Amino acid sequence: MKLFEYEAKTILAKYGIPTPQGGLATSASQAKEVASKLKPPVVIKAQVLVAGRGKAGGILFASSAEEAETAANKLLTMQIKGIPVKSIWIEEKIQIKRELYFGITTDRFNQSYVAIASAAGGMEIEEIAAKTPEKVIKLLINPEYGFRSFHARQMATKMGYAGNQISELGKVLERLYCIGMDYDAELIEMNPLVETVDGKFAAADTRIILDDNALFRHQEYKKRLLEGESELSPQELEAMKNDLAYVKLDGNIGVIGNGAGLVMATLDTIQYYGGKPANFLDVGGGAPSEKTALALKIVLSDPNVRALFINILGGITRCDEVARGILEAKEKVGVTKPMVIRLVGTNEEEGKRILTNAGIHVLESMEEAAQRAVEISKQGDK
Amino acid sequence: MGIVIDKNTRALVQGITGTQGSFHTKLMLEYGTKIVAGITPGKGGTEIHGVPIYDTVEEAQQKSSADASIIFVPAAFAADAALEALENGIKKVVIITEHIPIKDAVGLMAIAKQAKATIVGPNTPGIVTPGECKLGIMPAHIFKSGGVGMVSRSGTLTYEIAAGLTRNNHGQSTCLGLGGDPITGLNFIDTLKMFASDHQTKAVVLIGEIGGNLEELAAKYIADQKYPKPVVAFIAGRSAPSGKRMGHAGAIVTGKTGTAESKIEAFRKAGVSVAEKPNDVSDLLTKLI
Repeated sequence: MKLFEYEAKTILAKYGIPTPQGGLATSASQAKEVASKLKPPVVIKAQVLVAGRGKAGGILFASSAEEAETAANKLLTMQIKGIPVKSIWIEEKIQIKRELYFGITTDRFNQSYVAIASAAGGMEIEEIAAKTPEKVIKLLINPEYGFRSFHARQMATKMGYAGNQISELGKVLERLYCIGMDYDAELIEMNPLVETVDGKFAAADTRIILDDNALFRHQEYKKRLLEGESELSPQELEAMKNDLAYVKLDGNIGVIGNGAGLVMATLDTIQYYGGKPANFLDVGGGAPSEKTALALKIVLSDPNVRALFINILGGITRCDEVARGILEAKEKVGVTKPMVIRLVGTNEEEGKRILTNAGIHVLESMEEAAQRAVEISKQGDK
Repeated sequence: MGIVIDKNTRALVQGITGTQGSFHTKLMLEYGTKIVAGITPGKGGTEIHGVPIYDTVEEAQQKSSADASIIFVPAAFAADAALEALENGIKKVVIITEHIPIKDAVGLMAIAKQAKATIVGPNTPGIVTPGECKLGIMPAHIFKSGGVGMVSRSGTLTYEIAAGLTRNNHGQSTCLGLGGDPITGLNFIDTLKMFASDHQTKAVVLIGEIGGNLEELAAKYIADQKYPKPVVAFIAGRSAPSGKRMGHAGAIVTGKTGTAESKIEAFRKAGVSVAEKPNDVSDLLTKLI
């Protein structure tokens, strides 16, 4: 779960990491009021969860409260990559001497968290690593004793600092680690982390992504995700509430399958035969018929879908349950789009019998079924 | 033979009275797996499918001396269950549970390393050595004993490919699911090492997917070590967009890292045959052995 910049900055401030003075606004007049309490010039930033906000014109500057109001009005009426801007963050522009990077993420091979720092910040860390790999400093964190003060000082030194600045910067790094652990962040970074003209350190921008699987420990964010704003599409949200994994794509073949790997391979096979998947939907293992029906409803709510491809390999999932779910959905949701169904595995015969009796043809090969779905999706194309 | 488990493996089931735990205990017993005890706190003294239940692993171990455990405990308590197994001397732990927080998995893996224990998963279908032992939830009938070692990050996709291999008479030595999470116990390289020294294994099928760089590291290992057995790989997620989690917690392309293209290219460079579609794996194997 991605946090908004204002949420992340509020957490950083709570942990004593210096961040630019600022406030949130949802209207231009509110923005003016916030700006009037800040020392100009100010920065006005659209609060959206998509990447590349700056390049899309989502960050503006103002030298007075009036200018801030105009800028806010502009941002609040625009869309960034299709997402309407609903709130903006206004903060003091800080006098930057140097841009740095510091973040904590996971290292799969070493099964641990890793702290990454760089004396060059402001770009994506991948870009920094590609352009100046010698400037990237990595430290694997041993979970038994964590990221300690001495680790933080060690990194500050490697970033080129000396004297008092070592512990000044070290404190900031150590606090960020604490936030990462306390909030179950799968990624937390300050980018840029800046050295100001007076030699202090502050997080000019920050990004926090919480571990979705740990949201049960962070109910306030889970609530915001499910009830409020998020980066999720309506279908993705509905799926999440029902424990289904759905990802919206831009094609026209709706896909439902069981198991993440199988569904990914199904999308790839559709693409291999020249078709375009409209979505990823994993109904999971042992899905009861109601869940299959719900999955169909979600996939069909995407108007781009021209054909449906249901690919089930029964292990824990029983083919007869899936077949009943398909019929249930057909009745309740009114499936009018052509369906291609591939059903093999546990209780395959019963599943096929149920569908065949209802006049639905069932295929056995995933490749054959994918080809058929692609053909149907192209019917009507010139 | 095969790796990690065999006909002598004696296993505990943690979370044996839950829906999944109970259902799969029955299927594992039918397969011939030696399930020697089950654990569900508060249900000690009873039994299920003829398997005695204990409240704690400590008690179970006094009576059953198991060497492996399979965990069906809910996500919030699963790491705790795995630690309980490790502390009581169990050296092989299979964690079926999905949705375990990363922080819990990281802590668990550090302790497992110290204990020199093998963790399979979390979020894995488990492990099966056909004809000998099954510690997992995979449908038994699609496997048959033979010379192909399989290692994968996914469940049903592995069944799809395994069923194809079995149809074409490529039996399996062991089929092992690493798990779909970003932090797992065993990785591709660990498993490749075990398959290299297993006499029954003549070739390896490696099933990867988007996210992370474990496939790239495995490719490098295969090239550097001049891996002694033929390897066929399949990578799922060629059509996956960046920044979206494709079902598995670990299946996500972040920026330019973790793409299917990068993994396929790494394997091809290492001389590994890469299948275009799941069904092509079997044909590629036939050509190699």
